[in-house]
Amino acid sequence: MNDTSLQTRTVTVEREFAHPPEKIWRALTQPHLIEAWLMKNDFVPALNHRFKLSADWGSVDCEVLEIEPNRSLSYTWAAMGLDSVVTWTLTPTGAGTHLKVEQTGFQPGQDAAYNGAKYGWNKFTTALDEVLAKLGD
Amino acid sequence: MTDAHDILFRTLGDPTRRAIFESLCRNGEQTVGALTAGAGISQPAVSKHLGLLKQAGLVRDRHEGRQTHYAARLDALAPLTDWTNQMARFWESRFDDLEDLLTRMDQ
Repeated sequence: MNDTSLQTRTVTVEREFAHPPEKIWRALTQPHLIEAWLMKNDFVPALNHRFKLSADWGSVDCEVLEIEPNRSLSYTWAAMGLDSVVTWTLTPTGAGTHLKVEQTGFQPGQDAAYNGAKYGWNKFTTALDEVLAKLGD
Repeated sequence: MTDAHDILFRTLGDPTRRAIFESLCRNGEQTVGALTAGAGISQPAVSKHLGLLKQAGLVRDRHEGRQTHYAARLDALAPLTDWTNQMARFWESRFDDLEDLLTRMDQ
């Protein structure tokens, strides 16, 4: 799952959805929908558009790097000293869509990033044991 | 998140120290002399970095005659893996909310 290089690390999460790519694309690119599952934002699906994701613990600065409607979306993800890139890939399947998110660019020793993890991410992982149990690995 | 994490991140934060650790990961056990040859800094500086790596539990040393051999302890990286796992869990929980949203969009 993770790149073992010490320079940069990658987190990958994948899941099958029983929904068509077009619909998932809307959820990934329409601000009021993004807010429903991620964070408040001023996202615009345009190349080089800069936007912000906001939560009670702080905010994430982003810039759209790549956009291919219904197929892939990539943006920078900078928060509390962490510079990373988030890439979404949608692949149509017989039953719906295979969705993959990859986040790259963590550097060991990036104190600010680590602190970001410490104070930001933890708040999202309350139900993580249930999630992991569901994964059944 | 613990002090052990802090020490680990701080220790690997220095690029020279990280390079020494990477060399041990890639090339296996080496003497201080061999590490100095590849590091481009003085032997006392390399020794100091090795001391800090040892404190963090990232390397172990073995004395053989007048030589000290150093080896990477990959198990020390476990907290780092835990951290990336935590990131993965963040996205897993976002996926859960996305799934809920997609279902609501049908209605």
